Amino acid sequence: MKRIEVIQNILEANETIAKRNQQLLDKHKVFAVNIMSGPGAGKTSLILHTLRRLKGKLNIAVIEGDVASTVDAEKVQSEAKAVVQINTRNMPESCSLMAAMIESALKDIALKNLDLIFVENIGNLVCPAEFALGEHKRVVISSLPEGDDKPIKYPLIFVDADAVIINKMDLLPHVDFDIASFRRSITGLNPEVEVFELSCKTGEGIERWCSWILKQVETNAAKP
Amino acid sequence: MHELGITENIISITVAKAGEAQASKVVRINLVVGELAGFVPDCIQFYFDTLSKDTIAQGAILHFESVPTQLRCRNCATTFPPQDALWVCPKCKGQSVDISQGRELYIESVEVE
Repeated sequence: MKRIEVIQNILEANETIAKRNQQLLDKHKVFAVNIMSGPGAGKTSLILHTLRRLKGKLNIAVIEGDVASTVDAEKVQSEAKAVVQINTRNMPESCSLMAAMIESALKDIALKNLDLIFVENIGNLVCPAEFALGEHKRVVISSLPEGDDKPIKYPLIFVDADAVIINKMDLLPHVDFDIASFRRSITGLNPEVEVFELSCKTGEGIERWCSWILKQVETNAAKP
Repeated sequence: MHELGITENIISITVAKAGEAQASKVVRINLVVGELAGFVPDCIQFYFDTLSKDTIAQGAILHFESVPTQLRCRNCATTFPPQDALWVCPKCKGQSVDISQGRELYIESVEVE
């Protein structure tokens, strides 16, 4: 019997493809944002509002990930430069987008003259945390009805986030969500994170989020 | 929740490494899985039994070393396991922490003959 030292990350194959995706995006100066949350936190709504606000300023494409249906793709169709729907129902894994799915979606998007791609991940706070897609920024949305304990229950997704959005702020008078405690939990795990409080329903706070996105895209485009 | 893909990767890495060593059979695969990585060993085992059929990894024992979560206080560097819903340093009561252990997911070694 012989023992072979391996010490190899089991997710390495995914990470290799993710790096390749990012190189392709960088070549075309396209900025990619991975939007993650549990189901119903407002990923599609946020993307839709952002597309409307940034129309005329940026050319934006959307990659929609869902287990089934093209409901979300239809919603954003008229506002985006391009939309690709990925359905994971018939794929080996359906709980998260993976780098290989993005690689194939990117083949269907004209990257020339594009500034930004929003990738709407599968609604899930567990699996998407593990799979890099080749994105430049990772954004997690938590909405008030979900409760303020999500960062403690699902720490990984919050640890690696570049920005966390607290959505559905208009419901604050009706739910027991302690904003200060939620903020303490995420900044404790991730001191660098940007936090946005907003409501897709009322539009409150969306301006500040859009300015942040715009600045990220401009900073990326200015890179040599 | 995504153990199928994980198991496919485990088999492909194992078969490649065993092939390089010109082994004829994989006896045991030693895996290190952090508590926070969110993978269920029983589920990996279930997929492994099916997916490894007709490969040199068929019948290999999967050994899981589970790594408990450890946090490190950014203020005083104390290392501690998470206690409850609030991740507070037991020494200085600081709430700013790094996850120092618990995210692992790798193949440590394979035993072949």
